[in-house]
Amino acid sequence: MTSRLWEKLKPYGMISPSLAVFGIFFIYPIFYMIYLSFFDWNFVSPTKNYVGLQNFTDLLSDKEFMQVLLNTTIYTFATVSLTLSISLAIALWLNRSGLFYGFVQGAIFSPHIISLVSISLLWSWLMDPEYGLLNWVIGLFGLSPLQWLSHPDTSLMSLILVAVWKGIGFNTLVFIAGLQSIPPSIYEAAALDRSKRWRTFRKLTLPMLSPTLFFLAIMSMIGSFQVFETIAIMTQGGPVNSTNTLVYYIYEYGFRFFKIGYASAAGVMLLIIVGVLTIIYFRMLSKRVHYR
Amino acid sequence: MGRIELKGISKFFKDEEVIKNLDLTIRDGSFTVLVGPSGCGKSTTLRMIAGLDEQTKGEIWIDDKCVNGVPPGDRDVAMVFQNYALYPTMNVYDNIEFGLINRKVPKKEREKLIKDIAEIVGLSDYMKKKPEMLSGGQRQRVALARAMVKKPQVFILDEPLSNLDAKLRHQMRTELIQLHERLGTTFVYVTHDQVEAMSMGDEIVIMNKGVIQQAASPMTLYNDPANVFAAQFIGTPAMNILPSQELQLPSAQGKRHDIASFGFRPEHALFHAPAAIEGLRLDGMVLTRESLGAENIYQIQSSLGMFSVKTFLEPLTSDTLVTVTVPYERLYYFNSEGQRLRQVEVRRGEEIGTAQAPELVSVGGGL
Ligand SMILES: Nc1ncnc2c1ncn2[C@@H]1O[C@H](COP(=O)(O)OP(=O)(O)OP(=O)(O)O)[C@@H](O)[C@H]1O
Ligand SMILES: [Mg+2]
Repeated sequence: MTSRLWEKLKPYGMISPSLAVFGIFFIYPIFYMIYLSFFDWNFVSPTKNYVGLQNFTDLLSDKEFMQVLLNTTIYTFATVSLTLSISLAIALWLNRSGLFYGFVQGAIFSPHIISLVSISLLWSWLMDPEYGLLNWVIGLFGLSPLQWLSHPDTSLMSLILVAVWKGIGFNTLVFIAGLQSIPPSIYEAAALDRSKRWRTFRKLTLPMLSPTLFFLAIMSMIGSFQVFETIAIMTQGGPVNSTNTLVYYIYEYGFRFFKIGYASAAGVMLLIIVGVLTIIYFRMLSKRVHYR
Repeated sequence: MGRIELKGISKFFKDEEVIKNLDLTIRDGSFTVLVGPSGCGKSTTLRMIAGLDEQTKGEIWIDDKCVNGVPPGDRDVAMVFQNYALYPTMNVYDNIEFGLINRKVPKKEREKLIKDIAEIVGLSDYMKKKPEMLSGGQRQRVALARAMVKKPQVFILDEPLSNLDAKLRHQMRTELIQLHERLGTTFVYVTHDQVEAMSMGDEIVIMNKGVIQQAASPMTLYNDPANVFAAQFIGTPAMNILPSQELQLPSAQGKRHDIASFGFRPEHALFHAPAAIEGLRLDGMVLTRESLGAENIYQIQSSLGMFSVKTFLEPLTSDTLVTVTVPYERLYYFNSEGQRLRQVEVRRGEEIGTAQAPELVSVGGGL
């Protein structure tokens, strides 16, 4: 009897270290954040005031928060759609063998392994309105210089540019892997069926790539919703809130204004958004997108 | 209608010559089977006919048109791939329809064509299913239907049955033969299964290492092989080939016959032959016996080497030491390059390989 009990418990014993880590660093903080979102607390005072849903109502009636949500949404959709379409185009071009193509693949992937802090500093310098390389290049074409990060009209766009630049490498690589999993005989059958290039792409390549496409879309959406480093380093949410996004907003309220309860409420909102995206992903995965 | 002619075709992959100066004419309406060991260039030949690979040298003619440089879709050729290559994201109907839409066939006509084809291949109940949900045999039919619906002049099939189990393969074999009879179009069919080749083809092309060994009807291949390779490729067990250096004797005309080896089919060797039969007598020891019911197969070790004997509807011999008789007219002779020597015949003589040499005569005009 005891030995059978032991047999049953053994697996749990074996995964307990990782369960413990998962619990302490993932589960506990989430519940603690949800708990904190019902309080007014400044991080240091020994007492926390229970305020019910006050933090949430404040949040939803805050103009600034709405602006932040809008910024985040624009940032996410622009980044994701640009990254995916550019990566797919590059992947279609690079999906062949040869030394040159291998080299370009490697070169395109390299931004992915550089730390975001370095990238942010590098691009701040490139985008400098007076001494930056970008304005110099623009000047060569006779166009008037842009203000890049220093003007509310162009700041968000500049951040999107950096995100796309960084994201292309990884996405291209995954697209190439997806393209290579399509058996070449399918294309030969299409050639015998007199299919034109564009039609082959639309009717065969794209549908067969859809699991990859969808995976990348959801992953980069989740990633973009959580953008933080580039904003913290390059713009600090400015100018005039034009680049303030959800995570940066949470950070500011939590660790600069010490309104922990309020920040936690915003964190709960982020949790909900990412949660919904994840659920959509798994739903779609089990349904339409998967064709095999 | 669907005559294919390959003129001096060569194919190089990098520096490797996979097809060597191949000449072949495939009759219109024939069921031509390409056989040969793995890697001998069967698929490559098919793919060049279909236009999926470009030949390095030579010309391909379909009917009266040289199709060098013509894209696959415009050659009026349909292909069934070994792995079927169905479009996985489309259901059966869409799979069949895809090529028709590309050919700008009007919708009404498409519907009718697809409905007819589905009935012919027995797929009517599966039109809405995706390929992944079909069995191997059903997928094969979809691939066939997709090819047939285009009403091509030439059907190209690359080992379409190799993924099926034995029973289904047998059934599909019959169906393909019937299909060919009904359509009357040219079929070019690749297999490395000689049974498939013999039972389906009306013309068989045996290839080895990118070279055609012999192209002829099944019975010609069986009765009149052109060389050792063709002789051994057809028939189970394969034809026995034994060395016969001792047979290099002056011929009737005073020339030397370069006979390096001789062969005979296992089913032509006789135990207990009546004395009246003139033939080669070989003494040997039975090594193994296999009984397959109606037929028995023996492996026999003789002084010239191992050979096999097949008997039909005879009780299994239990003797260990046997004398096997092969009638002289059943012997085939080959030169040192493995080419058949057709004009040579042994009329009288004793055991080959002994000091007592048989007399050789030339028939049909010498070498
Ligand atoms: N794309 C290629 N690149 C280089 N070599 C190739 C290529 N395709 C085929 N070959 C070579 O050409 C030769 C013939 O190949 P092929 O596929 O025609 O053989 P096959 O007769 O169809 O064999 P199997 O019965 O195994 O299908 C092989 O030696 C193979 O290695
Ligand atoms: Mg092959």
